[in-house]
Amino acid sequence: MSPAWLLRRLLLMAYTLLVVSILVFAITQILPADAAVTMLGQDATPAALAALRAKLGLADPVWLQFWHWFSAVLRGDFGISMRTGLPVGPTMLTALSRSLLLAVCSLSLMLVIAIPLGVLAALRQGRALDLAVGLISYLGISLPEFVTATLVLVVLADRLQWLPATGYVPPSEHLLDGIRHLVAPVLTVSLVLIAHVSRMMRSETIDVLASDYVLAADLKGLAPPTVLLRHVMRNALLPVISVVALDVGYLLGGIIVVEEIFAIPGIGRALLVAIQNRDLPAIQAGALIMAATYAVVNLLADIAYAVLDPRLRYG
Amino acid sequence: MVEVTRRLLRTPQGALGAAVLAVVALVCLFGPLIAPYDPEQMDFLGRFAVPGAHHWLGADQLGRDEMSRLLYGARATVPPALLATLAGTLAGAIVGTLAAFAGGRWDEAIMRTIDAVMAIPGLLIALLVASTLGAGEGGALLAIAIAFAPGMARITRSVALAVRQEDYVAAAIARGETGLRIVFAEMLPNALAPVVVESTIRVAFAVMLMATLSFLGVGAQPPASEWGLMVSDGRGYLHDAPWLVIVPGLAIGITAIGFNLLGDGLRDALNPRGER
Repeated sequence: MSPAWLLRRLLLMAYTLLVVSILVFAITQILPADAAVTMLGQDATPAALAALRAKLGLADPVWLQFWHWFSAVLRGDFGISMRTGLPVGPTMLTALSRSLLLAVCSLSLMLVIAIPLGVLAALRQGRALDLAVGLISYLGISLPEFVTATLVLVVLADRLQWLPATGYVPPSEHLLDGIRHLVAPVLTVSLVLIAHVSRMMRSETIDVLASDYVLAADLKGLAPPTVLLRHVMRNALLPVISVVALDVGYLLGGIIVVEEIFAIPGIGRALLVAIQNRDLPAIQAGALIMAATYAVVNLLADIAYAVLDPRLRYG
Repeated sequence: MVEVTRRLLRTPQGALGAAVLAVVALVCLFGPLIAPYDPEQMDFLGRFAVPGAHHWLGADQLGRDEMSRLLYGARATVPPALLATLAGTLAGAIVGTLAAFAGGRWDEAIMRTIDAVMAIPGLLIALLVASTLGAGEGGALLAIAIAFAPGMARITRSVALAVRQEDYVAAAIARGETGLRIVFAEMLPNALAPVVVESTIRVAFAVMLMATLSFLGVGAQPPASEWGLMVSDGRGYLHDAPWLVIVPGLAIGITAIGFNLLGDGLRDALNPRGER
């Protein structure tokens, strides 16, 4: 990992954030024929519309409108929510912290389950376990989160009464209750990820198992567990890192739905509420913060990849 | 083409996927003919009817027959998802081919911008576009197409880069054809086939996205019979009438599984790289 590579990567990320800002701003404020009507509805009085237009600067040229917004965002000022009258930035960041808790728990659960599952399926290729894993992963990638979430609610909360239905309790206030409220959403979010990653892990493991260096390690007389850990898994895990990074995109999309269903006050739900209320500054802030989170995760994944892959390190 | 179909049906995934999708297609075509009731006909005495002889799959909170809504609902979910995938694929293919043809700095600039756009999760783009366009099936369709285009552009570009090296492109340049003509008449038709295969597997995602947008309230609007909307409607009655969410939920899942299987089978049939 050379400094030049890292610099280029950082520049690319800055460019990404610029493009995302332009896009988010264009979709929310420029694309609607009249953003003021979009926000206030058809029945708004002309005076209210005129006041809002002036406030949004809708008479200004497009690039000037963008610059006013973007320069404020760069200073950390995302504007005031039209709905609550509070600054949008801090509200969204608090919501983001709750979403990150959900995301980190889901990713951890996924790693603990998906990687051993994929390796096991590869070792038992074509047998019952492999087929079962294949079936589960097909289900996982084919059921949208809102369906999985609803089914989890029907089974675990309603029929079996094991879990509370919905709601959020901060784990910092009441640890046990907080965890109980997190189980169902974490299960829902991680199902898709487990499906994806176990499939990927399985096919990578099968490829590596067929490679010459694994054959050589076997012939050298290394113990099978050593071969599996030091040669097979180490090489099969690398491509999985980039899949996990891509999956964070899915994860963020999934979180919007899951937070809505389980009533978790995270950034996804905040964004949906903003969209339902046509709260322009909140929509812009929410979308931008989500995309920025994803961009940072991708950067970290690239760095991890570069550190772990000797070919890139010395190349 | 016949050869590919034959090989596709010989893969287990391909055969199973094709069978599932054949049923889905039949439901889309003839669903309204076999539906026992009008899907929007309310019956206040038959509210929450349990699945049985009168209502095979039960009835909802307004007494509407769940089976009929399911059969009609296929049309509201599957064809728009197909159309959205097609539109997104075409738009992406055009941009990707243009980038490959232009090459150099233009290519770099277009691809880096596409990478940047892809930093926004697909559902988020679709949600933003659909809510801006106003809730409805048309808006949702366009939103999904827009969300898909960048990914398809990236895939097409990698195919079109190889096409760019072909002799017939060099010949077209030598003949003095305009760049646009070369892109649309020479490169695009040749780059499209592998891209369309790749897009099959995305139809599954489009079906899920379509239903999700309706579920979130920016797609199909009540009282339409759309699968995502049906799950959303049934959510308030999980305890008393769980079939109201299970039936449409499974319909979405089965359709998506069909497209996923078909896409995997198609990939195997086109690049036979041994058993995977």
